[in-house]
Amino acid sequence: MSTTGIPKRVSTTEAPWIRWLLTALALGFMALFLVLPLAAVFVEALRSGWGTYLAALREPDALAAIRLTLLTAAVAVPLNLVFGVAAAWCIAKFEFRGKSFLTTLIDLPFSVSPVVAGLIYVLVFGAQGWLGPWLAEHDIKIVFAVPGIVLATVFVTFPFIARELIPLMQAQGSDEEQAAQVLGASGWQTFWHVTLPNIKWGLIYGVILCNARAMGEFGAVSVVSGHIRGQTNTLPLHVEILYNEYQGQAAFAVASLLALLAIATLVIKTAVQWRHEREMRAAAELPPERPAAADSKVFQPQSGVDTTSTAINKRAFS
Amino acid sequence: MSAAATALAPPARPGPRRGARSVLPGFNLTLGYTLLYLSLVVLIPLSALVFKTLSLSWPEFWAAVSSPRVLASYRLTFGASFLAALVNVVTGLLVAWVLVRYEFPGKKIADALVDLPFALPTAVAGIALTAILAGNGWIGQFLEPHGIQIAFQPAGVVVALIFIGLPFVVRTVQPVLEDTEKELEEAAACLGANRWQTFWRVIFPAIAPALLTGFAMAFARAVGEYGSVIFIAGNMPMVSEITPLIIIGKLEQYDYAGATAVASVMLLISFVLLLVINGLQTWQRRRMGGV
Repeated sequence: MSTTGIPKRVSTTEAPWIRWLLTALALGFMALFLVLPLAAVFVEALRSGWGTYLAALREPDALAAIRLTLLTAAVAVPLNLVFGVAAAWCIAKFEFRGKSFLTTLIDLPFSVSPVVAGLIYVLVFGAQGWLGPWLAEHDIKIVFAVPGIVLATVFVTFPFIARELIPLMQAQGSDEEQAAQVLGASGWQTFWHVTLPNIKWGLIYGVILCNARAMGEFGAVSVVSGHIRGQTNTLPLHVEILYNEYQGQAAFAVASLLALLAIATLVIKTAVQWRHEREMRAAAELPPERPAAADSKVFQPQSGVDTTSTAINKRAFS
Repeated sequence: MSAAATALAPPARPGPRRGARSVLPGFNLTLGYTLLYLSLVVLIPLSALVFKTLSLSWPEFWAAVSSPRVLASYRLTFGASFLAALVNVVTGLLVAWVLVRYEFPGKKIADALVDLPFALPTAVAGIALTAILAGNGWIGQFLEPHGIQIAFQPAGVVVALIFIGLPFVVRTVQPVLEDTEKELEEAAACLGANRWQTFWRVIFPAIAPALLTGFAMAFARAVGEYGSVIFIAGNMPMVSEITPLIIIGKLEQYDYAGATAVASVMLLISFVLLLVINGLQTWQRRRMGGV
């Protein structure tokens, strides 16, 4: 390596051809593994034209699957949202024994295989399960019916919002809330006017991810669904049934709806991320005339900015 | 499996000062609700699995978890997951490196696209990959004349798991790579190191914990993966049947005891992996804090 000319440049980056090669390799890999499958969904879906595509989506079973998927997400996401806010509030704002253990427990559903997640609900509510006889007596169906699907979905999406909010609220500290309390705000007012505006991007982000998983969950739902067409089939299960019946085009047509959901999720997520980063940058540039606000955002610029961008940015849905 | 956020979040601000009681309300309410909801949704159902397993006799349990077909499924599940996670480490590092260090048109789109495997429902990923790699697919048609079959083979399982695990390594390595100090690299260059030596001796040790965490997360996710794999695997007993599928198979035959036994083995392995990942994250945080 020559040390004459532009040594500084040479010292901290690679030769242009290496840069070019690495970029090409990385983009080539992404094109092969990410873009190609996504493109394949739409190409296969439209293989025999728009007419058959729309027909596959208008079919009664497909419409029922869409309704069930929307219903499932509409129940599971708000439940986990309330839980996520409550868990983040007690974990981020208070000190108590067993806190890190509780945080690990909240993560647990991420590490359980979806199939096992479905199975545990069969063991509790199934005919031979703990509550099976009692439920049969009272003619309540949970497993192989809609409630089981909702429960399994709640389980697999359980940590999403909490996991998003806990690091965010921990990084923000509780100075602003304490100030609000001292000024006479009630607990609810404090949450509504102080905490919520601070965590709104993290909250939206968590909801988006939670929703994507809730609508797309396959393994856990497959175990508890019973696969009754038009009744207990969510969209992903409907895709499977069509695919296994060699109705490839219809399967891909329904799958394309889910692929659109994924694209919308990525777009909203990226937009939220950018908005949030811009706000953090603006907050960091504020003159320190508002000590309380400045404190939580500028006091530890690295920690504050980093935590949120990490939480928002590099967050896995798993 | 995505504790990436906690993993990489720098240490939180010190909590309330000792002795100073928090003035904020709602502790009892939120903690109580959290514990109640956690118990109802997660802990009680999971304990059902544990109790059901304990109710099995030892020979019954052992027969279920060690039959040749189940053993073959462990080999496939863990072998394929390990291979896929290894591939993820290499490609994930490459993608993270390019996204952090280089400028190119479309970089933001590429960055957003990394999360696609998280957002795309697994069943959709499964049928899409199968369509591409089947004998008449976009890629399969070029491989088949050379006698290479990926779809409906164990190789297909690996491909699906590479797809699923792709974001983990990228998203754990990326923030660490952003935080590495350029000054260290400059110092290394001043001391006469070439670029490769600088990478291997200066940058790599700094990102190694993150790489390992990403590997463990991708591996843990791959072990439990079901939706994307079953379409591409072909699901032949002894050859391309993954362990989650064994559980489903036993359930469909109303063999609840057998399904529970195999599931408890998987659950145990998940717990071990969760502990390993937590340990790795603590190590990584300490490394990052210490530098």
